Amino acid sequence: MVPGSYYTGLSAVLFAIGAVGVIVRRDPLVIFMSIEVMLNAANLALVAFGAQFGNAEGQVLVFFVMTVAAAEVAVGLAIIVAIFRLRRRLSVDDLSAMRW
Amino acid sequence: MEIAFYLSAAVAVISTLLAVTNVNPVHALLYLIVSLLAVAMVFFAIGAPFAGALEIIVYAGAIMVLFVFAIMMLIPGKEETGPDPRRPVRLLAIPFGALLLLEVLLMVVARPAHPGGRVRAAGGVQAIGRLLFTDYLFPFELTSVLLLAALVGVLALAKRGAGAGAAAGSPSGRIQGALDAAGQAAGGGSSGPAAAGRAAARPELTEPPRQGRDPAR
Repeated sequence: MVPGSYYTGLSAVLFAIGAVGVIVRRDPLVIFMSIEVMLNAANLALVAFGAQFGNAEGQVLVFFVMTVAAAEVAVGLAIIVAIFRLRRRLSVDDLSAMRW
Repeated sequence: MEIAFYLSAAVAVISTLLAVTNVNPVHALLYLIVSLLAVAMVFFAIGAPFAGALEIIVYAGAIMVLFVFAIMMLIPGKEETGPDPRRPVRLLAIPFGALLLLEVLLMVVARPAHPGGRVRAAGGVQAIGRLLFTDYLFPFELTSVLLLAALVGVLALAKRGAGAGAAAGSPSGRIQGALDAAGQAAGGGSSGPAAAGRAAARPELTEPPRQGRDPAR
């Protein structure tokens, strides 16, 4: 059987990749994808811990994380589309002001 | 099950790296879908079929379709004609697909050798359903409120963008008309004399879009 730390390690690697993507990329769409990767890594850790301790609460929490991710993506993409309509250009470097 | 885990972990890490580093958002999205499917395979290998199925349905299904819609709205597509300039990259799809197919076959073949008697019973759909509707009933109901709030919020955001042309003439739509005058002027839309005057009063709004030095576009 695979050791439990391997699941955690994979989760950590995926989370690190997502975090680097959020920091490095300038396209807000790709930043959102990186956030999805990070949420996904957290889901993986939850499932791994739940399986390790033999209870189902890990997967229950995964359900909640996915719901929050769906809501976040819907609102975030709507905001991105609204910004694109306003600016005709997508780069987070331009979006340094809260209002203008 | 070990081989399935190692294979899908490798696929997940590689495709996530490619998704984050790819310049083209559409390609990044496709790599991200591969990554999500690989993570779903890891869930199945751990013995959490509910999370795996949810991952495929919600993430790879619903959320990624949202991304596809957003990309379709934001980036005008280029036609795929002429010779393929990235043929060797595209041929990578064959080993990736073969790898995932191999995993599925391995899981199907390896099942009789591993009778799932271990801790699998605790992660079953029945136990999750019981937990969701007893201990976690209040958070479960809260998720419906959250989804409703997201729905209303997205509708409000989308309506402010689309209904500005009609609302520009009315006094109540003054603010959003001014907000959207820049977008309509830049987009070449006919927004009426009132909106045009308002846009002229704020010349910084009508500034044409700069040609970006951004390599990501």
